[in-house]
Order: sequence, then structure tokens, then C-alpha cells
Amino acid sequence: MADLSVNIGNLKLCNPVMTASGTFGYGKEFEDFVDLKSIGGIIVKGTTLHHREGNPYPRMAETPMGMLNAVGLQNKGVDYFVEHIYPQIKDINTNMIVNVSGSAIEDYVKTAEIINELDKIPAIELNISCPNVKQGGMAFGVSTCGCSEVVKAVRNVYKKTLIVKLSPNVTDITEIARAAEAAGADSVSLINTLLGMAIDAEKRRPLLSTITGGMSGAAVKPIALRMVWQVVKAVNIPVIGLGGIMNWKDAVEFLLAGASAIQIGTANFIDPAITVKVSEGINNYLERHGFSSVKEIIGALEV
Amino acid sequence: MKKYILDLVVTQNIQLHANYVLIKLTHVNPLPEMLPGQFAEIRIDGSNTTFLRRPISINYVDKANNEVWFLVQLVGDGTRKLATVNQGDVINVVMPLGNGFTIPQSIATMKPLLVGGGVGTAPMLMLGAELVKRGCQPTFLLGARSSKDLLQLEHFEKLGDVYTTTEDGSMGERGYVTQHSILNTNQFNMIYTCGPKPMMVSVARYAKAHEINCEVSLENMMACGVGACLCCVENTNEGHLCVCKEGPVFNIKKLLWQI
Repeated sequence: MADLSVNIGNLKLCNPVMTASGTFGYGKEFEDFVDLKSIGGIIVKGTTLHHREGNPYPRMAETPMGMLNAVGLQNKGVDYFVEHIYPQIKDINTNMIVNVSGSAIEDYVKTAEIINELDKIPAIELNISCPNVKQGGMAFGVSTCGCSEVVKAVRNVYKKTLIVKLSPNVTDITEIARAAEAAGADSVSLINTLLGMAIDAEKRRPLLSTITGGMSGAAVKPIALRMVWQVVKAVNIPVIGLGGIMNWKDAVEFLLAGASAIQIGTANFIDPAITVKVSEGINNYLERHGFSSVKEIIGALEV
Repeated sequence: MKKYILDLVVTQNIQLHANYVLIKLTHVNPLPEMLPGQFAEIRIDGSNTTFLRRPISINYVDKANNEVWFLVQLVGDGTRKLATVNQGDVINVVMPLGNGFTIPQSIATMKPLLVGGGVGTAPMLMLGAELVKRGCQPTFLLGARSSKDLLQLEHFEKLGDVYTTTEDGSMGERGYVTQHSILNTNQFNMIYTCGPKPMMVSVARYAKAHEINCEVSLENMMACGVGACLCCVENTNEGHLCVCKEGPVFNIKKLLWQI
């Protein structure tokens, strides 16, 4: 058995496999299928300061080798999370990370402050890249100033590991990554969903209530991989790679491109036990190639 | 209820009609407990356009043969691919999912009417069988476009009285289920329904007008099937709820339908 442990700032992960926000609920939804402690980190559903009902149905459209979603950050707000959800998940023996979303800087800051007080939450992932919320969300993630402003403000109040989740819907993702790093992020994760659209030609109507939505799934992997490769070269903080990872081989590709850890998102819908299969697959790959630690393959792409 | 990821083996794939197949599956171990109204997320391999699993309601559980049945309507590429499976093929299934229909503890005084339309008749077979097992006499009201679209009648007839409607009048009364004369008898005190949404809305309207308790089974488009992605939500008096987890069965009192 190879050593699969990796570090993201001060965060120690038993293996580099994490779950992407919004695709794994609060972890409990998948406990019948996988041993949750065998996952390196679980990033729970996007949490906002106030309750959000999200967008109207329909919120999902299947596309070739992928899907679009327009959930719109449905969640019951951070107070509900602290009171009702945290007690249920705090004893899950892995890194339980909260994805913090918002539409105004004060909201991000207040939410992060509240989560900072929770002992068993060792990190947050700051979502400045949700394409499905009208005000803000992605607005902070598409300009270096917006990114810098929100990350600085949260950094002032949040004392643990701060991961910033980046949007691919930008001209140059490396600029945004550098702005996040300069503003105090401990790590960046990428990519969030790509803005997309689907139409029902027969009905001459969009398939999503919001017309456009976030694309994910196998189809986005080459774009995600390219962006991870570019960002790894641009920053000195650890990069978490995600976007279309469907199996262990995809995960290894992201590690070779320089990601220190990976997240599995949409693939959880297709195989609810995919996370453990990916970490087993990474281990087999390492053994087959004579590596004793996964750290040896991070950024080991030969060009 | 514990959920499982299972590799099930096809024992039979019966073409019931140009647009419907009945797939019977078994497992080397005893199948898990399943409730009427629950569903499975079925993985479909070998279709270029089918990325997500397909939610299919559980049609019937044949305990004696350790079989679970799925009635599949051929709608798009995914279900068409699924319909081509052969005896001995392995299908990956996540189940049982969702809540299932509510069956009261004391059902001696219960007079249930089970209303199914099109492929929505599928869960009514398992529900009917369960009601019979619990000592209750279900009545079925099944509707379809034409007589050839009325499926599994021989199974329903073994469980209770069956009334039918067809839009073309080729079997039973002509018209929609909610126009059937059996509804004038006012003998029912519980209605379960599954079918096209306009049909369920009409059934719900009838139930509300006659103050009859009524549950409907929804089939909103879903991805994960376990309440994680929040894609399949239905707007209710408790806000957006996941059809895959808090449903697919809802009491009509909970829904915000205009009835």
C-alpha cells in the first residue's frame, strides 16, 4: 500500500480524493455506499448566510457526457447548518469542509465567522464561482479586484484553511488564482461549472428554468485539466483539481498536472461508490509504477 | 432504509408492446426490502447520449423467485438501450430509493382506489399486491390511449376489480380516468395515483373535492437519486423538496398544485 496522504496548507488528507460541493450532500446521503472516513475530504453543500430556496424547477438537463444544473445554492442558511446539520456530521472522521457562498462581501464574512467557531470544520471552500445566482457569486470570481476583495475580507476573520473555488468562465484563470493567493488563500480549487445552455428544439424552449446553467461531467475534463496545469504554474499554494473526473485514471492525470488533491463531483451521481474506487485505483497505479507516495506524482508530468 | 448498489442479472426481458418492456432481474443474494412506490436508479452502458442513471419505479417484487420487475417505457436513447438487454446480462442498479406510498396501520376500513395512467400503472401493481397482503381489497382504475397501451391487466385482475378507460374507446370507458363512472359511486376513502402530470392533477382535484386522502407519485427529472444534488425539486408547502428523497410520493395537501 502506497502512502496516499497529502497536505493542503495545514490540512492533512488521508488520500487526495475529496468530494465536490453540491454533489455529495452532507456526506450522510452516501454512507450506505462508502465508508466516509476513507474519503480525504468532504466538501458539503454550498452554505449561505440566509436560507435560499434556489431556482425553480427544471434545474437539470442531461447533455452529451455531462449535465447542466441550475440549482442556485438551495440551502437553509448557516444558522440552520450550525444547529441542525453540524451535530450530525461533526463526528464523521474525515475533513468536513463547508463551501461558503454568498452574494455580498458582508454575507461571506459573516458566514465564514460563524463557521470559524465550529471545532470540527477544519477548512472552508469559498465559492466565488457559482454561475447560477444572479447577484454576486460568480461576479467575485470573474475579476481580480472582486476576487481579491472578498478573499481579503474573509481571510481577516477566518483563521483555518481557506480554499478559494475558481470559476472557469474567465479569460485568464491564472490572474484570478494569483489574486486569490495574494489575498491570503491557502489553496485554490478549480474548476467550478462552465456556463452552458440547452434547448428543446421541438418545444422551442430552454431546458432550464434559468435558461443558462453550470455544465459538469466527463465532457468538461480536458478544459479543467488545462486550467489546473496553468494555475499550478502560476501560484505557489496547493491546487485542488476538479472537473469531469470519472475514474482513477482521470484523477491521476490531474495529479500529474500538479493538483495536490482532486475532487469528484458529478461522477458521484453515476456511481455513488466512485470515491473509494478512485483512491484504490490511485494506489494501484502508484504500486504498479513503483512509487511509494502519491506526493511523488504530483506535478510529475514529463513535457 | 439501507440503499444498495447491486449488479442484478436479467432473467427475462419481455416486450409488452412497441413502446414498453418488462425487465425481470435477480441477484445471487436475497434482494433488499423494497416498498411500493420506491424506485431504482438504473445505469445504462453503451449509449453515447446517456450520461446519468435512469430512475425507474419498482413494478413488482416476486419474492418466491427473488426477482424485481421494472416496467420500462421507451422514451429516449437511454430507455431504448435498456430495452435491448438479454437474459443473463448484468445491470447495475442503486435501490431502493425514495419514500414509497403510505399504507395506514389499520386498513380494515380502507377502500383504496389505485389510479394509473400509461407507464404510471407500474408502481400500482406492487402497491396493489401489498394492500391485498395486508387484508385490503384494492380497486384499480387504469387509463391509456388505446387498449394495447393497457399493460399487465392479467396481473391487476388477480388483485382486485379493474376498471379501464381508453382515449379511443377501444377498451373500457372512452375518455380519461377522471371521467370514469366508478368515480360517481363515492365508495373510496383513499386514492393513490401515478401517471402523466395532467392526469394526476385531475385525480388530485377529484380527491380534494370529495375530501379523500390522496397520494401522488411524481417523476421530476433527477440526477443523483439520493437527495444530494437538489435537481429534482418540487415546490411544496415546506419549500423545495427532493422528489428522489422526500418523494417520489407526496400527499396532495403538501403540493402547491392549483386544484
